[in-house]
Amino acid sequence: MTIISLPQDSALPAAQDRPQDIAELGLRESATFDRATIADIQRAAATGVYDIRGWGAKRKVPHFDDLLFLGASMSRYPLEGYREKCDTDVVLGDRHASRPLHLQTPVTIAGMSFGALSANAKEALGRGASEVGTSTTTGDGGMTPEERGQSKHLVYQYLPSRYGMNPDDLRKADAIEIVLGQGAKPGGGGMLLGQKITERVAGMRTLPVGIDQRSASRHPDWTGPDDLEIKIGELREITDWKTPIYVKIGASRPYYDTALAVKSGADVVVVDGMQGGTAATQQVFIENVGIPTLAAIPQAVQALQELGVHRKVQLIVSGGIRTGADVAKAMALGADAVAIGTAALIALGDNDPRYAAEYAALGSAAGFYDDFQDGRDPAGITTQDPELSSRLDPVAAGKRLANYLRVLTMEAQTIARACGKSHLHNLEPEDLVALTIEASAMARVPLAGTSWIPGAM
Amino acid sequence: MVTLTAADTTTANTKSESATSVDLADSPVRDLNQALHHAEDGQSWTVENPGGKHSLAVGINADVTVTIEGHTGYYAAGMHQKGDVTINGNAGVGLAENIMSGRVHVKGDASQSAAATGHGGLVVIDGNAGARCGISMKGVDIVVGGNIGHMSAFMAQAGRLVVCGDAGDALGDSIYEARIYVKGTVASLGADCIEKPMKLEHLDELGGLLAAAGRADNPADFKRYGSARNLYHFSVHNSTSY
Repeated sequence: MTIISLPQDSALPAAQDRPQDIAELGLRESATFDRATIADIQRAAATGVYDIRGWGAKRKVPHFDDLLFLGASMSRYPLEGYREKCDTDVVLGDRHASRPLHLQTPVTIAGMSFGALSANAKEALGRGASEVGTSTTTGDGGMTPEERGQSKHLVYQYLPSRYGMNPDDLRKADAIEIVLGQGAKPGGGGMLLGQKITERVAGMRTLPVGIDQRSASRHPDWTGPDDLEIKIGELREITDWKTPIYVKIGASRPYYDTALAVKSGADVVVVDGMQGGTAATQQVFIENVGIPTLAAIPQAVQALQELGVHRKVQLIVSGGIRTGADVAKAMALGADAVAIGTAALIALGDNDPRYAAEYAALGSAAGFYDDFQDGRDPAGITTQDPELSSRLDPVAAGKRLANYLRVLTMEAQTIARACGKSHLHNLEPEDLVALTIEASAMARVPLAGTSWIPGAM
Repeated sequence: MVTLTAADTTTANTKSESATSVDLADSPVRDLNQALHHAEDGQSWTVENPGGKHSLAVGINADVTVTIEGHTGYYAAGMHQKGDVTINGNAGVGLAENIMSGRVHVKGDASQSAAATGHGGLVVIDGNAGARCGISMKGVDIVVGGNIGHMSAFMAQAGRLVVCGDAGDALGDSIYEARIYVKGTVASLGADCIEKPMKLEHLDELGGLLAAAGRADNPADFKRYGSARNLYHFSVHNSTSY
């Protein structure tokens, strides 16, 4: 963006012509009881049930925004931005599987179910991901033929509910992701409210049409890492040791969970921070359980390094990835790849201002809409309503996602070249500094302009 | 691949002309499973010296007959499809988990989570089954000759669970549309699980299941349990139910 001229005070309208500012009236909003909090209390008092919504944590937490790259100068040698190669490919799952995934970009699509999303949205995710050579992931509701058909690399989630789980789809999967938790709700099971349990969704999940589905939070046939090791062994036996096996954890104790996932035999560990999205979860859960993505990565990487398997057991990080800078920062901290969910939905068309009037009619606004559980998404993404779903053209939406994935990749390359790296994987913590003490302590990189890392020995 | 020997060409099995014998004292589990994945309909297999090993005969996808001569570890006959597996011994955790079709028969006892999340087929356990038998079952039929442990048929979605002995605590907690038949006592019912009347159709259904399991129990001696369907939707009034 080019700024032509800076606004002058004299260019602003006179005070009487501006909308009245609340503060100018002498009204002071409570930081503790702000308007959203007051509305939450009023809603709880009126309904007697907790608030359920989609999206991830909305509270402000230390994040990638609090990190900066140092870039090359005298002591480091940059790469020519448009001339020298900076590779972006990644191999996932070559520890034990004979058919690892080889992706062209380290930006993958996170697990989102058919049920939570419309069939068109799932198809669009597959189309967009396949166009740029990355993977997409099923969710808590089984694999649809549309999704399998449109996805070059499809990761099949193995969840506590086992809805739609079957050996035929398992053998069709390019990778298996055993889900222990997700960042939006570590310790919580899936949820899909009755509005979205249509005949097709109910059929795939073996549930009565229209019920409020509350999935199990624990796996039904194993408990703890010793059992998980045997479970992974079983899945490998069923797939003849061909298919990579991921273990996904919601970020809470990522150091121990990552170590135990490695010990259990995972090929890939997926760590999802608290900003990671959900289709439907209690707000109190989303906002108060789990840790930020930024805090989770160094703990997971430390576990991998101590076990001597960093880069051998790959680490996929998700939860709040929006830009190529976020991708580069996650990778500099030690991730091998990232996954996007919320950002992918936005690229498809979620929260598009062109549906402003319809968001308003639902009591929301473009940029704020998070009632994914209600199934009335004007953009046709988080719905099972045939009319609403038909608004999303899977081909056009897939193109938008592919565009966005390319931008993320090119942005990450831009930063990597500036840091003198010929592959995104060559980014390292030394390329980073932190803007705040909190981010410095969590990311374990020095506060900018200092050599200080709070908590480092 | 393991060298598999046609051990007994005069087997009593009527489905095939010869049985293939695999001795797990000599060959790894991986070879057994890979060989079974390439097996053809009608073949007969015998597994010797299972030694409680895990993941035996998992992912079968053909109409084969497999007899395991001894005890199995976790996930025996996991994700089973089409074939017929008999275990002449006890089975560990997660017997026939996520079974889709076919039949799995344990002559001894089964540990926890037997037939967990099974989508179809028949699992017969002549002895007792541990906790969480039929957890999250999605269409499988289970017949247990003895008792079952606590939290059995937890979140059971579809299928039938028949118990010829007693059931432990919290039977059928958060059950959906599965049906449970118990001949003996039930220590306690879980949330939203209630006793329901035995109608003619249920006696017929139960009679068929008992016959399929090769049992002579009288269907009239059983009671039926299922969902009260009170917890199918969120309601503030249910907050003390769980």
